[in-house]
Amino acid sequence: MTNEPFGPRPRRMLDPGRIILYSVLIVAAIYYLLPLYIMVMTSMKGMPEIRLGNIFSPPVEVTFEPWVKAWDTACTGLYCEGLKVGFWNSMQILIPSVIISIVIASVNGYALSFWRFRGSEVFFTILIFGSFIPYQVMLYPLVIITRELGIFGSLTGIIFIHTIFGMPILTLLFRNYFASLPMELFKAARVDGAGFWGIFLKILVPMSPPIFVVAIILQVTGIWNDFLFGVIFAGTKNFPMTVQLNNIVNSTQGVKEYNVNMAATILTGAVPLLIYFISGKLFVRGIAAGAVKG
Amino acid sequence: MADDAKPNPYFKNLNAKVAAMPMIFTTLVVFVGCSLWTVIYSFSASRSLPVNEFVGFAQYDRLFNTSRWNKSVENIAIYGVVSLCFSLVVGFVLAALMDQKIRFENTFRTIYLYPFALSFIVTGLVWQWILNPTLGLQKAVRDMGWESFSFDLISHRDTVIYALLIAGIWQGTGFVMALMLAGLRGVDDDIWKAARVDGIPKWKTYLFVVIPMMRGVFVTTLVIIASGIVRLYDLVVALTKGGPGIASEVPAKYVYDFMFERGNVGQALAASTVMLTTVLIILIPWVYLEYGQKKRV
Repeated sequence: MTNEPFGPRPRRMLDPGRIILYSVLIVAAIYYLLPLYIMVMTSMKGMPEIRLGNIFSPPVEVTFEPWVKAWDTACTGLYCEGLKVGFWNSMQILIPSVIISIVIASVNGYALSFWRFRGSEVFFTILIFGSFIPYQVMLYPLVIITRELGIFGSLTGIIFIHTIFGMPILTLLFRNYFASLPMELFKAARVDGAGFWGIFLKILVPMSPPIFVVAIILQVTGIWNDFLFGVIFAGTKNFPMTVQLNNIVNSTQGVKEYNVNMAATILTGAVPLLIYFISGKLFVRGIAAGAVKG
Repeated sequence: MADDAKPNPYFKNLNAKVAAMPMIFTTLVVFVGCSLWTVIYSFSASRSLPVNEFVGFAQYDRLFNTSRWNKSVENIAIYGVVSLCFSLVVGFVLAALMDQKIRFENTFRTIYLYPFALSFIVTGLVWQWILNPTLGLQKAVRDMGWESFSFDLISHRDTVIYALLIAGIWQGTGFVMALMLAGLRGVDDDIWKAARVDGIPKWKTYLFVVIPMMRGVFVTTLVIIASGIVRLYDLVVALTKGGPGIASEVPAKYVYDFMFERGNVGQALAASTVMLTTVLIILIPWVYLEYGQKKRV
């Protein structure tokens, strides 16, 4: 799957079939790129230019004021502190959630592939099928549980929730990866007297940086883009960036500043986009992991 | 390990059991426990707080007599069918085109897939701006001289669902394409050679040989998209807020609004139970297929 196709490339570049092929691909690419282009162009125009011109035209006078405003002073309801608040909230949610969920899921995937116990496969099956249950079904009981634990509406609460809902896909990812490793490796380590944690930390983890990277990509984009859990479990003062963005853009009071809105939208999309463009094929591998079951 | 201790079966392999504790908690308490709780209390008379007064199907009765819920179901059905067909067909066609040993494959793939990295909130807000009737696409086309051009999807009740579809498809097709491409790469090269030797045209090979071979990929993709569609929420909140009126409401939003804003937990729980049932209807045939396949192999 990761191998590039080998062999000589077809030489006939002017074959009519190839021309149609590339035209279709390019038209599709334009459709996909257009919203990004419009976002960037709108965010660099002044409001008068937006009212007069059209969304496709590049800015006559480039201004970065909308960006500054979106980051620093845009209003959500009563507070006018900009998106930066949401950015830092998202970071505070993101970092512990990613670390905790990956630690738990990797150990879990390891136990499921090398240390199976009675019923472990049953739990794993429920875990995977559970990931298809609509979140709405579990929301209210989870509110009760987190409230009883005293973590509802706090950073701990939202981290707890992300750890739970990240578990199925991450466990699947690690379990499949560890299961693909040779069993002899494991047996040899056991003969040498290594235990549960020893094998994991000294042998498997050092062998598995790629799968950890895939897991990080998956979790960073997933958690950053979350809206539903953030709005319910994080509490007003910890609202993640997506929630704040929606509040800024869809707030009903004041004049609509489309340039500020688009700048805010780009800023919110920037983190996952950056991850996506840097990670390239690993991202594809991450999302395909959900589809390819072992 | 605990091998040398007394052979108490519960302490055998103890470390693995400890390591699996979070999973056991998640499966038993959250996935099974919370779902059961929701199903049970959907039969209660709960208003702003859950109560232990059970009233049979009264909540469901009310639910299916609420125009907002019926509209939500209708919307998600239209959205689901159209976006499934569209993204499967377009996703497959794009993947097939990408599989023709083209140049710049990575560039094209990066472009098609990037929307998938974005939040539904971001997608919704961008399309809200593009579809803005006074300043967006409609105005741009009119300025180019086509005065009567009309593309005002979001402010009309009958067309707002297409606004959701455009945005949703823009975000999701790349993902389908990536899965399909992975599936196509898994097709044995000998199949292509054999088809070429027999002089079968390429499109016929795709239609009658490759697609049937990729049944597994199609079914899996279908299940993943379908269970995503049932959850559709963020996109609606960002793009239309359910409006105009109730024209673009969806079930997940009904649940959220009744649970957290209207203080009518009973209705919300009944609605989410209906969502759960829908997912089970999608899921059970799939599980059946999977097990069938495993037995044959």
